[in-house]
Amino acid sequence: MQSLTTPLLLIFALAVIGYFLAKSRALKVAGGDVRALVSLPNQHALNTALSTAVPPAAAVLLFALYARLSEGEPNWLFSLVILGLGVTGCALSLIGIKTETRARTYAERWILGLLIFASSIAIMTTVGIVFSMLFETFNFFGQYDWRDFFFSLTWSPNFRGDSDLGIIPLLWGTLYVSFIALLFAVPIGLFAAIYLSEYAGPRLRSVAKPAIEVLAGIPTIVYGLFALITVGPLLRDYFAEPMGFGQSASSVMTAGLVMGIMLIPFVSSLSDDIINAVPQAMRDGSLGLGATPSETIRQVVIPAALPGIVGAVLLAASRAIGETMIVVLGAGAAARLSLNPFEAMTTVTVKIVSQLTGDTDFASPETLVAFALGLTLFVITLGLNVFALYIVRKYREQYE
Amino acid sequence: MKTSLLASDARTKKRNAAEARFKAYGLSAIVVAMLALAILLTSVLTNGLSSFQQTFISLPIELAEERVDKQGNRDPAEMARTTTIGYAPLLRAAIVAEVERQGLTTELSDKDLGDMISKEAAATVRNRVLANPDLVGETITFDLLAAGRIDGYFKGRVTLETAALDGNTSPEALMVAQALADAGVIETKFNWNFFTAPDASVQRPEAAGLGVAILGSLYMMLVVLFLALPIGVASSIYLEEFAPKNRITDIIEVNISNLAAVPSIVYGILGLAIFINFMEFNQSSPLVGGLVLTLMTLPTIIISTRAALKSVPPSIRDAALGVGASKMQSVFHHVLPLAAPGILTGTIIGLAQALGETAPLLLIGMVAFVREYPAAYTPEAGLFGEASTALPVQVYNWTQRSDPAFVERASGAIITLLVFLLIMNAVAIYLRRRFERRW
Repeated sequence: MQSLTTPLLLIFALAVIGYFLAKSRALKVAGGDVRALVSLPNQHALNTALSTAVPPAAAVLLFALYARLSEGEPNWLFSLVILGLGVTGCALSLIGIKTETRARTYAERWILGLLIFASSIAIMTTVGIVFSMLFETFNFFGQYDWRDFFFSLTWSPNFRGDSDLGIIPLLWGTLYVSFIALLFAVPIGLFAAIYLSEYAGPRLRSVAKPAIEVLAGIPTIVYGLFALITVGPLLRDYFAEPMGFGQSASSVMTAGLVMGIMLIPFVSSLSDDIINAVPQAMRDGSLGLGATPSETIRQVVIPAALPGIVGAVLLAASRAIGETMIVVLGAGAAARLSLNPFEAMTTVTVKIVSQLTGDTDFASPETLVAFALGLTLFVITLGLNVFALYIVRKYREQYE
Repeated sequence: MKTSLLASDARTKKRNAAEARFKAYGLSAIVVAMLALAILLTSVLTNGLSSFQQTFISLPIELAEERVDKQGNRDPAEMARTTTIGYAPLLRAAIVAEVERQGLTTELSDKDLGDMISKEAAATVRNRVLANPDLVGETITFDLLAAGRIDGYFKGRVTLETAALDGNTSPEALMVAQALADAGVIETKFNWNFFTAPDASVQRPEAAGLGVAILGSLYMMLVVLFLALPIGVASSIYLEEFAPKNRITDIIEVNISNLAAVPSIVYGILGLAIFINFMEFNQSSPLVGGLVLTLMTLPTIIISTRAALKSVPPSIRDAALGVGASKMQSVFHHVLPLAAPGILTGTIIGLAQALGETAPLLLIGMVAFVREYPAAYTPEAGLFGEASTALPVQVYNWTQRSDPAFVERASGAIITLLVFLLIMNAVAIYLRRRFERRW
C-alpha cells in the first residue's frame, strides 16, 4: 500500500497543475474573450482536473483489491500505469479544449460518476457484511456439523477442541432478555406516546418529550454500566435473594429491565408518529357520538394505528435482539436454558464478543463460530426489520 | 325511573372512572420514563463525580546522588538505568521522615508507610529527575499520588471496617493518613491527570486516566467526519436529485434503511473480516475504528441529508435552471448551501452516535491495554495506524477489573463521555435554531 502513495501524490499534483493549465489554455483559445467559449474557463479547468485524477484513483482502488486477492505487492509497473493514465487524461482533455467544447457537460459526467460511486458504498457495505460472514460461516460448517450448531442444547467451547457449540441456549437467553425488555418498554412507551399526543398540554409536552428523547441519545455502554453497578445489585439484594431465586447480580431480569428503559423512547417516538397519522376526523366522529377520550383511543385510534404499532414493536424487538453492551455487562456469561429470570444467562451477542476478543485463531471452530452466530443474528434482525418496515410503510399510505 | 341531568348515573360514573384510570396510566408511564432517566443519571453522577478529585501527598524528597545518579555525570542516559524500583526507597524515606516530623507514633512498618504512596509516584519523580538532571542532590517537594485505598478513604469508599478485612491496607494506615490530612500533608485536589494520563495497570487505579482514550476517540471522529460527511452528502445528492426511479435505486433505498437497523456488533464483524483480516490494516488502530464507525454512521447522515435536501423548495431549483444553470450547478450552487444547516445538524448527531458506540470496537481489538499516546502519523504504521483505545471501550475495560476503585473511574469516564455528547447535541440544536429556514 505504501508504494502507491508517491504516484497518488504525483497524480494529485498533476491534477492541480492541469487545472491551471486548462484555465489559461481556454482563455488563449478564446483569444482573451470569454464570451467566445461555450463553457467557462473554470469548467474546462474542472474537467481537466477530474480527467487527470479520477481514472488513476479508480485504478488504484481496483488494484488494491486485486493485490489483496492475489497476495501480490504493487510494483513499479503499476505505478507507471497509473501515472500513464493520469498524464493521458490530462493531455487528452487539454488538447480537447476548443471554443465549442462542452466542458461543463463533460465535467458533470465525472461528478455524476463520483456521486453514483458514493451511493454504491451503501450496497457494498451490505455485500461486505454478508460475504464476510458467509465465507467464514462456510469454513465453520466445514469443521463443525451444522445440525449440532442449530439443534444442540449445550454450549461449552473448549479451546483444546471437542467443543459443544449449540446455538439454542444462546438464542433462548437472547429471546428471554428481549421479551422482558419489551414487556417493560411497550406498555410504558405506548402509554407515554398516547398521553403525550392525546392528553398532555403544551407545557408538559415541552418537558417530557425532550426528556424521553434524551434516553434515546445515551450510549448503550452507559446503560450497561447502570445495569452492572446499580440495577444488578439492587435486584439481587431486594428481590432475588429474599425470594430465594439466586445470588447473581447479572441476570436476565437486570439486562431486560435496563434494555427496557433504553427501548422506551424508541417505542414511544415511533408510536407517536403513528398515532398522529390517524386522521383527526376519526377522533371527532367518535367523540361526537358521545365516547369519552379514553374510549375513543381504545376503540378507534388504537385499532386504526394497530398495524403501525405492531411494526414499531417489531423494530424494537430487532433492536433488543442485536443489543450488545447491556447484555455483556448485565446478563452474564453462562449459557443456560432456564426459566428463572434472576439467573445469569447469556446471549448471541455476548458470545460473539467473547469468542472474538482476546486470542483468536481463525482456523479453529471456537473462533469461527462467532461468524455463524453473527450471520444468524443478521438474518433474524434483517427479517424483523424488513417485515416491520413493510407494515409501517403500508400503514402510512393508508391515510395519506 | 326518574333520572336527573345533574346527577350522573352508575354507568356514566363507571365510564368516567375508566377515563380517569386511563389518564393515570398514561401519566404514570411518563413519570416512570422520566424517573428512569433521573435514576440513571444520579447513579452515574454519584459513582463518578469523585473521580475528578484525587488525593495527593506532598512530601519533600531528598534526591540523593548516590541513589539516582551513581556515576555522578548528570547524564540522563546513564541515569535512566536507575529504574522506578531504585526510586521507591527515596519515597519511603520521605514519608517516614514526614510522619516523624508530625510527631505521629504508629505501629506501621516503614514498608507499610511506603505503601501509602501510589506505585505510580516513583515514576513521576523519576521522569521529573530525568527531564531535569540538575535536581539531583537537592530536596524538592513533590505532590505524589496516594495509593488507591488511601484515596478511597478520603472519598468514603474505604472505611476503617472494610480496611480491617483488606490485604492492601489497614485501619492503622488510614488513621495515619487522617492525621497527615489534618496536618495538611495529604490533600484532595482536582484531578487533571484523569483527562491526560494514559491507562494504568490493575494495581494502580489511582493513576488511570483517559488521555489515550480521548485521543483515540478524537482520531476516530476525524476519520468519520472526513469520510462519512462527503460520502453521505454525495450519495444523498445522487439519490435525492439525480437518481431515476427504477429498480436499482429502490434497492439502494431499502438497503440504506435496513443498514440503519443492522445491530452494531455486525459492523464489528465486518471490520474484523474486511479491514483487519483481508486488507491487513493494523489491529486496534483508530483508522479501522474510524472506518467501521463511518459505515455505521453513513445511513444516519444519508437519511438526515436527504430530509434537508427535500425541504429546499423546488422553486429554487427551477429558478436556477431558468437562468441557464445545469442541473448539477443548481444543486451545488443553490440547493446544497441552503440545505447545509440541516446536513450539519444531522452530521453532528451521527458523530455523537459514533462517539458512544462500543460493541464494534471491541471486536477490532480496541480493548487492548495501551499506555503509549498514539501518534496521528508514523511512517511505519501510516495515518492513524497506531494502537489506541476509545472512550466507551475504556469504560468497558475498567468495568472488567476487580478493584472497586475502577468503578469510580468508569463512571467518571461515562460523565466525560456524556459531557462531550451534551456539547455536540447542544451545538446541533443551536445550529438548527440559528440557521434553519422555514419555507
